[in-house]
Amino acid sequence: MSDEDSGGQEAPVEGPDSEFGVLRSWSRGQKVLHPSRDQYLELARALYDAGYLMCVDVTAVDFCAAKQQRTLPDGVVAERFEIVAGFISHVDRSRVRLRVQVPESDPTCPSLWELHAGVEALEREVYDLFGISFEGHPDMTRILMPENWQGHPLRKDYAMGRIPVQFKGAPSS
Amino acid sequence: MTVVESQDSIDYHARLRSGRGVLRMSEVQAAQRGEMLADENDETMIINMGPQHPSTHGVLRLMLELQGEQVVRSKPIIGYLHTGMEKTAEDLTFLQGPTNVTRMDYASPLFNELVFSMAVEELLGIEVPERGQWIRMLMCELNRMSSHLLFQATNGMDLGAVSVMIYGWRDREELLRLFEKITGVRMNHNFIRPGGVAADLPDGWRDDLLRILEPLPARLDDLDVLLTGQNIWRDRLQGVGVITTQEALDLGATGPILRSTGYGWDLRRDLPYLHYDQVDFDVVVGTFGDCFDRYAIRLNEIRESMKIVYQILEKLPKGDYKVQDKKVTPPPRARIDESMEALIHHFKIYTEGYKVPEGEIYVAVESPRGELGCYLVSDGTSKPYRMHIRGPSFVNLQCLPHMMADSLIADTVAVISSVDPIMGEVDR
Repeated sequence: MSDEDSGGQEAPVEGPDSEFGVLRSWSRGQKVLHPSRDQYLELARALYDAGYLMCVDVTAVDFCAAKQQRTLPDGVVAERFEIVAGFISHVDRSRVRLRVQVPESDPTCPSLWELHAGVEALEREVYDLFGISFEGHPDMTRILMPENWQGHPLRKDYAMGRIPVQFKGAPSS
Repeated sequence: MTVVESQDSIDYHARLRSGRGVLRMSEVQAAQRGEMLADENDETMIINMGPQHPSTHGVLRLMLELQGEQVVRSKPIIGYLHTGMEKTAEDLTFLQGPTNVTRMDYASPLFNELVFSMAVEELLGIEVPERGQWIRMLMCELNRMSSHLLFQATNGMDLGAVSVMIYGWRDREELLRLFEKITGVRMNHNFIRPGGVAADLPDGWRDDLLRILEPLPARLDDLDVLLTGQNIWRDRLQGVGVITTQEALDLGATGPILRSTGYGWDLRRDLPYLHYDQVDFDVVVGTFGDCFDRYAIRLNEIRESMKIVYQILEKLPKGDYKVQDKKVTPPPRARIDESMEALIHHFKIYTEGYKVPEGEIYVAVESPRGELGCYLVSDGTSKPYRMHIRGPSFVNLQCLPHMMADSLIADTVAVISSVDPIMGEVDR
């Protein structure tokens, strides 16, 4: 598909550049900004003022098992976790994506809840499945897994099948 | 775009965060509080609705704080259907991916397959042939109709119009029968795959489709007679579960919920994908943001989808239905019997899959429930490194406490039904 299909944004420009004071890159014609954790909230506010009224998606990626180095613009230090937040501007009909590096030693990130109330469930999901807690979130509890669950299933070092399943009536070994 | 201005739209920002309507309390706390209140003879009490309640559309559980008959605050509790599909996706090849995602939103499975396939294609950098794209559009619009008919059925049943349930199921059943003919199964089709669709449309599909479409306008008019113009129906829905545009935008609500507030936003029109820019249709919007508007929007979207389907029938081109790229497309079944190379090729694709270049992408489509997105990260292997589905139901569910704040407990069911959540997609 051509670039026009992916949101009607302008064509990718050569080389790294910046927007709103943070590094910008293009991924298959989609605009990606790379704020640090300190810049994250400020940037979200600037985007809100620029017409990106809706936060569509917040998710995370755990890069500790990637076979290939991911491409990041110069100046962004790759960390284990990455928070990915998507915003949409209905007036410009455009999208922008934020990728925030979150280190393994301190898995926290500022919450967007003050700005976008709709991230409440999305950030809880990230907390539940990745163990990254959001500062300023009103209810940082598990949402999908049981309240007393140990571990965070979408982390790459959380192996599939680590919880033994005992089927009813099956002979125990 | 017109925007519904409620009287207190200025302080909506503070109101959404004040804790009004939203219960933020764990089960343990609620139980403790319940014990405490029994002694103090307080006026509010917390009760659980669901997860086995028939009108919760699956396994949604609501914690309701009641003051007499009024719902003061509420909290949707989800996760009963969580099966770790995003984790599972990391262990399936890109070819197997649609089999997994199609089980998320089980009322509109083709949209899940579509959004996943579009994300993979974008990473691969391949273009689906014209006929493949139009078949995708056709199937998706039919799926939107079947999904909205299901909504009419369950919405009617939830509110006591039981005969509507039968009417909705009847029409949906005919569409599912057509799906069975085209894709082989009634639900969870695995029909749209990266590179195109699984098979061409079978013989006689056009006649079957026209036979289904022909009586449908009259049947939708029947629904109008039974429900839309009915005083009881209107009284149950009008002014119930009201949400303003600002609230909906702030809460990330999309689809019929956002459109019911008068905000005309439809990805098919505003950020067109496939060939939606080549068909003519209207985006249905409401005015008041209440349950009735959401009901009416879904009813009229069936009509709009029919309009699109008729245009697709005219425009459907001949040609390939999947991309002829040997790296992605397995050889046709008939070739395997006569060619050793085809057999090897088939074996390789189904055992190892194909490698997708390193990168990340977010693709979104307009599902019957709102913006369905797929965030896909590849690290250059044949399996997704991370696959995240932005389920519209999951985000829309957050509107529930705000819609239900200070409403009657009898309206709870109407409000849940008007959000039309599919729990498979909420919990994933």
